[in-house]
Amino acid sequence: MTEHVLEPDENRRGFINWLLGTSAVAFVLSVFYPVASYLVPPTVGESTAGTVTLPIKPDDVKANTGQIFKFGSRPGILIRTSGGDLRAFSAVCTHLNCTVQYRSDLSQIWCACHNGHYDLNGKNVAGPPPRPLDTFVVNVRGTQIVVSKSA
Amino acid sequence: MEAGEQRHGRLWMWLDRRIGLKELEKLAQKKQIPVHRHSIWYYLGGMTLFLFIIQVSTGILLLLYYRPSAEEAFESVQFLMAEVQFGWLIRSIHSWAANLMIFTLFVHLFSVLLLKAYRPPREVTWFSGMALLGLAMGFGFTGYLLPWNELAYFATKVGTEITSAVPGIGRFAGRLLRGGDEVTGATLTRFYGIHVAILPAAAMALLGLHLYLVQRHGMSVPPAVEGEGAAPRTMPFVPNFLLRDVVGWLSALAILAALAAFFPAELGRKADPFLPAPAGIKPEWYFMFMFQTLKYLPSHILGIEGEVAGILGFGLGGLFLLLVPILDRRTAQGRPGRLFTWIGIGIILYMVLFTVLGYMASATK
Repeated sequence: MTEHVLEPDENRRGFINWLLGTSAVAFVLSVFYPVASYLVPPTVGESTAGTVTLPIKPDDVKANTGQIFKFGSRPGILIRTSGGDLRAFSAVCTHLNCTVQYRSDLSQIWCACHNGHYDLNGKNVAGPPPRPLDTFVVNVRGTQIVVSKSA
Repeated sequence: MEAGEQRHGRLWMWLDRRIGLKELEKLAQKKQIPVHRHSIWYYLGGMTLFLFIIQVSTGILLLLYYRPSAEEAFESVQFLMAEVQFGWLIRSIHSWAANLMIFTLFVHLFSVLLLKAYRPPREVTWFSGMALLGLAMGFGFTGYLLPWNELAYFATKVGTEITSAVPGIGRFAGRLLRGGDEVTGATLTRFYGIHVAILPAAAMALLGLHLYLVQRHGMSVPPAVEGEGAAPRTMPFVPNFLLRDVVGWLSALAILAALAAFFPAELGRKADPFLPAPAGIKPEWYFMFMFQTLKYLPSHILGIEGEVAGILGFGLGGLFLLLVPILDRRTAQGRPGRLFTWIGIGIILYMVLFTVLGYMASATK
C-alpha cells in the first residue's frame, strides 16, 4: 500500500460530513416533531348549541338584577332591566376574558378584574374593554326562557 | 504521615484520594469578598438562593398530599390545611417564602443594576440572572393556580389571555399554556407539570450557570469604589462571609415562621367557571404594577387595543432591562455612566408607585 492512500480525500470527507450533518438534523427533527406535536392540545369540538333553555323561570329574575347562566361551555348573563325587559349577553368580558356581573347600584354590567363597564345594550362605556359584549336573543315561552345566538 | 492526615483524619484522606476534597478546600479558601460601603448588597443573591432551597424543600413536602385535578385539587389543599399535622405550616411557608424570594430577587437585581455589576466580563451572569427572574415569575404564576380557588382561576384567565393578546404567536401560545381554549382542569394539570418539573429543571441548569459565573469572576467592585484608587479590603468567603450569610438565613427563617404562624396562607372559595369574577380581585403583588397599568390604559391607543399596547410596552421594557449590559456602552468602557443609573431609579420608582396605587385604588370605582 502506498503513502498517498492515507492522505485525506477532501471530497470523501466532505461527503461523510454532509451525511453525518444531515443525519444529525434528521435525528433531532424526528425527536422534536412528535414532542412538539404532543405539547399542542387537541382541538375539542366547540359546543355547537346555538340555543339554550335556561333552568330559570322568568318570574325568578327580579327587575334590576342579573344572573349568570351556562351557554355551552361559556358563561352568559341574563338581565331584567328596571323597565322589565329581559336581555342576555355573553358574560365573557371582551378585555381579558373575566366573567362579568350585574351592578344594581349602577344599572350596568361590570367586570371586577379591570373595572370595565358596559351599558344594558352590552356596549362598552368605561374602562379598558375594547368591544361590546356579544348579544343573545331572549324568548320567553310560557314559563321557559330560551336564549339563542343572534343570527 | 502526610501533613493533611494530621489536620483532617483518615476518613477525609480516604475521600480526598477518591473525589479530590483538597481541590475543593483550596477553592473555598481562595474566594475573597471585597469589603466596602456597598458590601451589604452582596448578601441578597445568597438570600434568594436560600429562599429557593426552602421552596424546593417545602414544595416536595406539599407534593405528597396535593392532587392535580380540577375535581380534587381544592379539596386536597383543604385537607392539607385542616387535617394534616403542620400542613398549614408547610403550605404557609411555601407561600410566604415565594413572596420573599421574589422580593429579594428584585432587590438583588436592582442593586446589581445600580452598582453596575453587569459590566464586562459579567454580561452572561446578568443574562442568566434575568432568565432566573423570568423562571421565578413563571413559578409564581403557575403555582398560584394549583389550589384551584376563585382568585387563582380568574388570575389565570387574565394571565393566559394576556399571552393570547400578543400579536402573531399569541393565540397559539395561549392555547399551548392553557392546554385548550379555556382555563379548565387541563390547564391545572399542565401548570402542575410546569411548576413541579419543567421549571425546576430549567432553574437548576440556569442556577448552576449563574453560580459558576459568580465563582469564576468573583464579586464585582462598584466603579465608584474602584475609582477611589486603593484596592478595597477583602474578607475570606469561608468562614467570615459565609457565617454572616448564615446569620441572614436564620433571621429569614425566623421571619418566615412568624409570618406563616400569624398570617397563614388563605384558600378562599373553590373555583367555579359559572360565577362572576369577585370584586377586589388582585394578582400577586409582583404583578401588581403591570395589572394597575393595564387598568389605566384606554381601550385603544394609536389604533391598537390598549392591552396589546401595554403588553408590547412591558415586553420591550423587559427586553431593554435584559440588554442593559450591551446598551450601556459608557460603563463597559470604564467611563462614568449616569444615564443607566437614572433609568434604574426611574424603573424602581415606577414599579413602587404603581404597586402602591394598585393597593390603594378602590376595587369598585
